[in-house]
Amino acid sequence: MIDKENFFDVAVIGAGVIGCAVARELSRRRARILVLERESDVCEGTSKANSAIIHGGFDALPGTLKAKYNVEGNAMMDRISEELDVPFKRIGALVVARSEEGDETVRELFGRGEKNGVKDLRILSGDEAREIEPGLSDDVTSALFCPSSGIVCPFELTLGFAENAVKNGVVFRLNSEVTAIGRDGDGFTLTAAGNEYRARAVVNCAGVFAAKIREMIAEPDYTITPRRGEYLLLDKNAGGTVSHTVFGTPSKQGKGVLVTPTVHGNLMVGPTAEAVDDPEDTATTGAGIGKLKEQSALNVKNIPYKLVITSFAGLRATGDTGDFIIREDEKVKRYFEAAAIESPGLSSAPAIGVAVAKTVCDALSLEENENFDPVRRGVPRLSHMSDAERAEYIKKKPDYGQIICRCEGVSEGEILDAIRRPLGATTLDGVKRRVRAGMGRCQSGFCSPRVIAILSRELGIPYGEVKKNG
Amino acid sequence: METVKLICIGCPMGCDLSVDLENGVPVSVTGNTCPIGKKYAEEEVTAPKRTVTSTALSKDGVPVPVKTAGTVPKGAIFAVVSDVKKAKPSLPVRIGDVIVPDAAGTGVPVVATKDVSR
Amino acid sequence: MAERVKLAIIGGGPAGMAAAIGAYEAGVRDMVILERDTELGGILNQCIHNGFGLHTFKEELTGPEYASRYIERVKELGIRYETGTMVLSISEDKKITAVSRARGLFVIEADAVILAMGCRERPRGALNIPGTRPQGIYTAGAAQKLVNCDGFIPGKKVVILGSGDIGLIMARRMTLEGAEVKLVAELMPYSGGLKRNIVQCLDDYGIPLLLSHTVVDIKGKRKLEGVTVAEVDKNSVPVPGTEEFVECDTLLLSCGLIPENELSLTAGVKLNPVTNGPFVDDRLETNVEGVFACGNVLHVHDLVDFVSEESERAGAAAARYLGGSAEKSEESVVKIEPGDGVRYTVPSTVDREFCDDLIHLRFRVRDVYRSCAIVVSSNGRTILTKKRRITVPSEMEDVILKKTDLKDVTGPVTVSIAGV
Repeated sequence: MIDKENFFDVAVIGAGVIGCAVARELSRRRARILVLERESDVCEGTSKANSAIIHGGFDALPGTLKAKYNVEGNAMMDRISEELDVPFKRIGALVVARSEEGDETVRELFGRGEKNGVKDLRILSGDEAREIEPGLSDDVTSALFCPSSGIVCPFELTLGFAENAVKNGVVFRLNSEVTAIGRDGDGFTLTAAGNEYRARAVVNCAGVFAAKIREMIAEPDYTITPRRGEYLLLDKNAGGTVSHTVFGTPSKQGKGVLVTPTVHGNLMVGPTAEAVDDPEDTATTGAGIGKLKEQSALNVKNIPYKLVITSFAGLRATGDTGDFIIREDEKVKRYFEAAAIESPGLSSAPAIGVAVAKTVCDALSLEENENFDPVRRGVPRLSHMSDAERAEYIKKKPDYGQIICRCEGVSEGEILDAIRRPLGATTLDGVKRRVRAGMGRCQSGFCSPRVIAILSRELGIPYGEVKKNG
Repeated sequence: METVKLICIGCPMGCDLSVDLENGVPVSVTGNTCPIGKKYAEEEVTAPKRTVTSTALSKDGVPVPVKTAGTVPKGAIFAVVSDVKKAKPSLPVRIGDVIVPDAAGTGVPVVATKDVSR
Repeated sequence: MAERVKLAIIGGGPAGMAAAIGAYEAGVRDMVILERDTELGGILNQCIHNGFGLHTFKEELTGPEYASRYIERVKELGIRYETGTMVLSISEDKKITAVSRARGLFVIEADAVILAMGCRERPRGALNIPGTRPQGIYTAGAAQKLVNCDGFIPGKKVVILGSGDIGLIMARRMTLEGAEVKLVAELMPYSGGLKRNIVQCLDDYGIPLLLSHTVVDIKGKRKLEGVTVAEVDKNSVPVPGTEEFVECDTLLLSCGLIPENELSLTAGVKLNPVTNGPFVDDRLETNVEGVFACGNVLHVHDLVDFVSEESERAGAAAARYLGGSAEKSEESVVKIEPGDGVRYTVPSTVDREFCDDLIHLRFRVRDVYRSCAIVVSSNGRTILTKKRRITVPSEMEDVILKKTDLKDVTGPVTVSIAGV
């Protein structure tokens, strides 16, 4: 017997940016929607460790889903960032060439971008490129300039979708790894962390685990190879090294090493690209870090590597078909997939969410939810306020007067909000992703004992049970 | 005649000491720059002693920093800490309050080194 | 409305308190100490070990005891302090924006400012240690706070990277709390901490110190499972084949301290890239008039006694500035420069006309030097020579010049190690 409250119209597997975007878009309809996530928080896989770029859409081959959803997703970002209170800046990107071969690639990308519908693309000479981006190497011979490219906070984007989904009635079950899926009439039963759920439709958004999930219910017809990308994050004092996202010309291995400001003002360099066996192998390597330094220096001058504050690695879910796999299964009706979502997955997420939700809703004939509220407000941030606003806010909420993370200027009030809001943080990393406590130059040396104390108090658990992640 | 080389722990200077021993008895100390060094060297080669610092936990789990009011034999360090951990002082504690009257039978008391209320 | 104060002291640790007392004794009454923690004392509150105060009080105290001497004095003198107060910025005209639970956001306009914010620990990211990012990796100071102030012992099997004093102290502390400290690895061929700490924190407990070793890999997805330690060559590059896996659940990092000068930068203070602290003159005044610096925010000290002494001087200098008797002359300023074997000097300039009668010159050497001499000279003329049996980078040197020594000096004064 399945508990009545475990009956759903749609079960989404995976609370990464894709799963959360799908869930949020589904919540525009009147339906009971469930999201199952194996980790203790949303945004724990590929979504948390990537380039955080909203790409223009000139890179993917015309006619591919990657091209389509990237361009559509990019166009949606202004509205999404407004509705969901997600930091996003269209700073523009430069793809720089340093050789005749590179110049050729730049021209090719320009043509591809035009075909994909990317607006305002321009080819610049080396000097023109250096004029708008003085940090570029003297070796740069030409560049593709894409003004619509942007940078985003991937945590906030995922949280924005997730929290807005919750606001509109979506149920999240964390720490719930799906271990079995069965067919039940024209619906499904799902087993996760000892609980049974029933759903009329299932959407697989399981990232690097998508093929494993598929095996539970449908015939395997693709593989996912985790491809590791290592990154370096530099101090905010290095954030001004470049003012655009700077790519080298791409190769078969990917877009190559990019150098970009982050939306919070740091500088980021990465990624490497290396296939790994283990879908959880996010270790960084000496060789990878060395490669990043070497390759980034080819395109951008004077990157102050003394100011590295951390390195990290993420895994891309690379499929063997070369494109995103977004479909309803031909044989298993109402089993949907958004799989092999590697780059430009983050950029495509808003559009993939809309597209997948539409096919699901059509299949289930779901009616519109007229109470849908598209607005989510993030944690009010002291660092975004003027002095007058801060003074006013602290008067109302004294917890905002107690600074806990000195590097990022994060107050106790913000941390409490991060813990207490729907889908609130339960770990140090969860707090860090929501309000940036521990994200700064001291990398939590100062604030971690203080945040542990707050988590321990708020969650009613001893210090020893306060976890960094998972 | 035997010579033992030591590094003085009397203060952060860390002087290199040299102690001459005759039948296990120190007869001369060189390398020290103050009397603490001489005393340390003579003790270290015969009966080494240390000041022990630790934290006692109050009844409600608040750490109270403590120290031995003088040096104790080096071999007694763990026994002293064990006595400290058994003490459960009630708050508030004032700096200098005796937390353990006689730590591990050394005759040396353990005292609080900080005012702790909470 | 902004509050006005003659002197604002940023930080209520050993430097801030001593600076306040120094200023008080030199006549300043209208001042405030702004402290971000809930009590005065700064990092001393978590340094429960002994070894403090031999210079200042001629007795050996623990950190909290040393702090309490100053806290009592601050209270006795009626010096105003505000705890739970984080300074967010200092403008070039010395407007201080701060925030606290009690007062909210507020502005203090000060005539003089003493920077006494201390320092922070170098994080793992800055060390470029590859591997995973599991639970169980702490800077030594963060672990010290957890153990000593919160009563939480973070692990049972410990590896310590870096032989800075906090790391050595924590090796003993964790041992006494029942943990097994497997080893301390130090990248350099010499220790980063004081000799006495190696004797009484490592040797006493049989904890090996592996010089010229580092951590080259970290293993464990959620929780730390172990680290790989390897020997390094002269250029600090790991030697292949020397890797050894050490099982542990805790890795403590004690790999250096960085003066915390984010606020100084907002005030327009220029920093010395060697110390990461402000350039100061013989009065400990920065390039911004009326802004002074002392303690670990100026340069990282190994002895709190030196911090207190230096900070009292900064307080007195601020008092003199406020009293309008801080005469200066551009013409009589001479540079003090690090020469052979010396990394930096504090101060970096001295006004030979208007300086105090005695000038403290503090610096660190580049390497371990035996049977050498500290030589202070100018234009080839030796001003002072001090013989040393040994000098080490982990121990700050302190020589005192007489004003009269500098009477005829025209060019820069160089501090070097002879026989290098």
